[in-house]
Amino acid sequence: MAQMTMIQAITDGLRTELKNDENVLVFGEDVGQNGGVFRATEGLQSEFGEDRVFDTPLAESGIGGLAIGLATQGFRPVPEIQFFGFVYEVMDSISGQMARLRYRSGNTVNMPITIRSPFGGGVHTPEMHADSLEGLMAQQPGLKVVIPSNPYDAKGLIISSIRDNDPVIFLEHMKLYRSFRDEVPEEAYTVELGKANVTRDGKDVTLIAYGAMVQASMKAAEELEKDGIDAEVIDLRTIAPLDVETIVESVKKTGRAVVIQEAQRQAGIASQIVAEIQERAILYLEAPVLRVAAPDTVYAFTQAEEIWLPNHKDIVEKVNAVINY
Amino acid sequence: MTINRHESLGLSDQDVLELYRMMLLARRVDERMWLLNRAGKIPFVVSCQGQEAQQVGAAFALDREKDYTAPYYRDVGVVLALGMTARELMLQAFAKAEDPNSGGRQMPGHFGAKKLRMLSGSSPVTTQVPHAVGIGLAAKIEKKDIVSFVTLGEGSSNQGDFHEGLNFASVHKLPVIVMVENNQYAISIPLKKQVACEKISDRALGYGIPGITVDGNDPLAVYQAVKQAADRARASEGPTLIETVSYRLTPHSSDDDDSVYRNKEEVEEAKKKDGVLTFAQYLRDLNILTDSVESDLEQSLKEEIDQATTYAEAASYAEPKSIYHHVYGE
Repeated sequence: MAQMTMIQAITDGLRTELKNDENVLVFGEDVGQNGGVFRATEGLQSEFGEDRVFDTPLAESGIGGLAIGLATQGFRPVPEIQFFGFVYEVMDSISGQMARLRYRSGNTVNMPITIRSPFGGGVHTPEMHADSLEGLMAQQPGLKVVIPSNPYDAKGLIISSIRDNDPVIFLEHMKLYRSFRDEVPEEAYTVELGKANVTRDGKDVTLIAYGAMVQASMKAAEELEKDGIDAEVIDLRTIAPLDVETIVESVKKTGRAVVIQEAQRQAGIASQIVAEIQERAILYLEAPVLRVAAPDTVYAFTQAEEIWLPNHKDIVEKVNAVINY
Repeated sequence: MTINRHESLGLSDQDVLELYRMMLLARRVDERMWLLNRAGKIPFVVSCQGQEAQQVGAAFALDREKDYTAPYYRDVGVVLALGMTARELMLQAFAKAEDPNSGGRQMPGHFGAKKLRMLSGSSPVTTQVPHAVGIGLAAKIEKKDIVSFVTLGEGSSNQGDFHEGLNFASVHKLPVIVMVENNQYAISIPLKKQVACEKISDRALGYGIPGITVDGNDPLAVYQAVKQAADRARASEGPTLIETVSYRLTPHSSDDDDSVYRNKEEVEEAKKKDGVLTFAQYLRDLNILTDSVESDLEQSLKEEIDQATTYAEAASYAEPKSIYHHVYGE
């Protein structure tokens, strides 16, 4: 087994599927010789050739349309959107078209497309380069939305996404790209889409998170342990579809929950999870379910970023509130 | 012998010297930003180097008291010529609260200033084209004698917004000038991998409008082309597509390594045609730029940029709590 950063694990996953299935195509702005602006596709063009790994013109909307055309012809396109803030340019292709073609065509056409894109805060890129827009995607029926929190999951999830027969939005948190390494198997393996992972067992409270907030939650759990509070941590891995079963099962055990998202508070995944818990486990609850989220503003500029982003201290504070309710 | 080409364009010796001063200011500001970036003082630079001649030549052909501009992120020369100051450019480079573009809230190079009739752009490229067309439509409806000038890179001419914007402007004969600054690269992707047509201006045929290609290193050629396009626009004859051909002399940005995708020889070859150098030579040949004028000019630009840098570095960042304002009307 090799030690890999998350971005290396993603590159390795792409390489695995390019080898495994000749219908897999990787393309986007600067993904060829340049290997992507973050180097996620480094070396893939020289290994698989310009027909399978190629640069596109600078046109997000065109990239989305190209993927749709290719998918109708039996390819498995894996386009990259250079920063997820640029997704607005291709929203029509994603939400208006690829998410709906199976439904519209009476199940005669499907869209096995995996759109990869970097997102997320904490690396001093201001608005449009760090926004958490997963809620926007999760609201679109027909799409799956996957957000890995570590290198092992990232490889398994990118392989599962590419093999999936529906469109997947695969969001790669920039802060996690190179922040730590994990043991990552060199062979192909999958991590199931729509299945959460309990990353820490506990009995007093359930922390539910995804992406970079999984690390913050684990750190909060360590601090809470010093005060005798035993927190369980759930890494969602996939936010659409949501693994409600794992969440509810945990909350029934602990009776308390805090839901954490990096995105702004309103209309977020956390709200959705809180609602699911109230609807399915209200008689098990010892306290209201609380949220940790960013304020409802445009994404922070650099000097406000550290204050703006949720962190482990915010989580500890909310946990104390639900414990002492 | 060098022939005087500016007189027939209605430009005095003083005008062309001012034009050169603005080109050189853009170059020197940009160079200073790279130094500041490499010294760890500013986070990011996206450069105008190699495009100053077309940027300043074009801006000089506009009515700088009333025309509107939707610039793109390399347009240091355009925004300086339209009235943005070196100090204001430094404030945006340092992302300080006083930055008139976005108060440090956007990436650098996202120029916008209401007082200069300059539209603020977003980060995905080419969104500015339909915006500029909207200004043109407003001008037509309101019968205002203004021209809407929009710039973009040649890579951006592949965006749907380029087509959608130009098509609308052409159908409605709007007073719009679309200037494509062809610097040969879209980050790492060379022109031949971006487009299959010989010239970007060939695309004008599809819209039924004039499309012309000029040497982007020659500010007088660009001035003439934009002047004619502005005259057409003011005469209600519709938009013009202008392609200015030059070369991006720096990497895409301070975070880019261009040695991955192009070789040094190619860059060195392009530097010989650099408009800042060739136009200086033109002015020297005509004895407009004498040794003493040149050294005074460099000295005054250095002082201007030193002061701008000192001021911007010392200026305050926006208060973090200011993020709560202007999300909605108050």
